[in-house]
Amino acid sequence: MNKYRIKAFGITKDLLGGRETFIEIEGHTVGHLRAALNERYPQLLGLRSLFIAVNNDYADENIQLNDADEIALIPPVSGG
Amino acid sequence: MIKITEKSIDVQKIIDTVSSLGAGAVNVFIGTVRNNANGKNVLWLEYEAYETMAVSQIRKIIDEASHRWPLLGWAVSHRIGTLKPGETSVVVAVSTPHRKDSFEACQFIIDSVKSVAPIWKKEVFEDGEEWISARPALEMKA
Repeated sequence: MNKYRIKAFGITKDLLGGRETFIEIEGHTVGHLRAALNERYPQLLGLRSLFIAVNNDYADENIQLNDADEIALIPPVSGG
Repeated sequence: MIKITEKSIDVQKIIDTVSSLGAGAVNVFIGTVRNNANGKNVLWLEYEAYETMAVSQIRKIIDEASHRWPLLGWAVSHRIGTLKPGETSVVVAVSTPHRKDSFEACQFIIDSVKSVAPIWKKEVFEDGEEWISARPALEMKA
């Protein structure tokens, strides 16, 4: 199992119950992480979109995660 | 200059930052807080940013804009925290030799900031609150 620290912003902060959470998953890609998050927090599936950022950049599903990565949930942005 | 700030934005200071003797145009976009949404009164907005990523994404937008238009100066400043109707939430300013480029570059930057920068706002009404654009069902109600 791999343990990752996840930052949550906007509505995901409310859905996950805080600014930060830890999650343990079998895999080691963004896609694995997304599947695990959707299982643990099915409300995430109700969002219009959900990107996952790794080290301050939008990440594709096949990106490999490392322990030291900064991982964040990016629900639909609404700045301006 | 890229700034994510809890303090009110000084528009004149931003204009001074982008001004250049070689510029024939300074173009400024000022985003302000509306007092209504979907027919309801907005009491205030709560803005939140993933600051490090917002800065790096805005830097990429500026890089792209610099390739497309001859920017002499540029600045993006975005407020976070609690904002009341009428307050300035975002300012984008650019200077270019000629005006057409300044309009195009300024519009490109604010449009890109709104669609890419990880910044969120929650509208607070008399009877509740809502993160903007987060859920499809709420948009259909609009």
